[in-house]
Amino acid sequence: MNGVPLAAYLALGLFMFTTGVVGVIIRRNPIVIFMCVELMLNAVNLTFLAFARYQFASPVAISAENGDITGQAVMGGQAMVVFVMAVAAAEVAVGLGIIMAIFRLRKEIDIDDMNLLKG
Amino acid sequence: MIPVTPELMILGAVASLAAAAAVGVVAFNNAVRSALCLVLNFFVLAFVYFTLNAEMLGIMQIIVYTGAIMVLFLFVIMLLNLGAPQLLRDKDDPKVFAGISLGVALFALLGSQLLPSFLKVTTPNAPKDFGAPANLGRALFTNYVIPFEAVSVLLLVGVVGSILLAKRKI
Repeated sequence: MNGVPLAAYLALGLFMFTTGVVGVIIRRNPIVIFMCVELMLNAVNLTFLAFARYQFASPVAISAENGDITGQAVMGGQAMVVFVMAVAAAEVAVGLGIIMAIFRLRKEIDIDDMNLLKG
Repeated sequence: MIPVTPELMILGAVASLAAAAAVGVVAFNNAVRSALCLVLNFFVLAFVYFTLNAEMLGIMQIIVYTGAIMVLFLFVIMLLNLGAPQLLRDKDDPKVFAGISLGVALFALLGSQLLPSFLKVTTPNAPKDFGAPANLGRALFTNYVIPFEAVSVLLLVGVVGSILLAKRKI
């Protein structure tokens, strides 16, 4: 959209990221902590897309010569977002499996009580 | 000062809804409510992607995140019966204060250092159809084909790993 500063998108991304950080620190339910990690991943995705759309380093608008822009660096941000989404899906599947396994073992899910690795 | 254009007002409304939903994820004590707030956040974020002309990724956001990942979350919450807000919270937890002050400090630091430089960038330079499915697909299958295949292997490993973890007896 014209007339929207890039800072608006970055501010939303920054807010979502900090909310996710705070959630990871203060919440004690491992599933909610997982959701906060997803929130952070989405904030990063939004930042990637905003930078990819604005391309503020290029002085003039990038034009599509003969209709093919895929060879240019313009698509890098979007490709990255696709990969982040796929990695997030794999991470959620494995992570929720781990949480299920822990819950089956211990019957309680307070993350502060899971300190078996403490030295 | 930035001129307040109609586009900025629309984005402001959508973005404030997304931000409120993000706060709801952290603030609600009930895991189901947190998950529903996260669904709302992801859904609204898809519209923010649409305003960036990334149509394909907005649709993917709705399908993958709100469709698949959040269903998985809600499924596990229901399976473990975590809906009831069990006493996972004692009032005088020092982590809450420390975490919130750290978050405010992080937001203030990054925001004050980074955001003013980007206030003047108001014209998107990428072509309008850079988010079209055809363009994204062609890029994924030409320049980014090796990471694409690596991600497919990762997803396969994820499938095998989650089955391994969830099965009681192998």
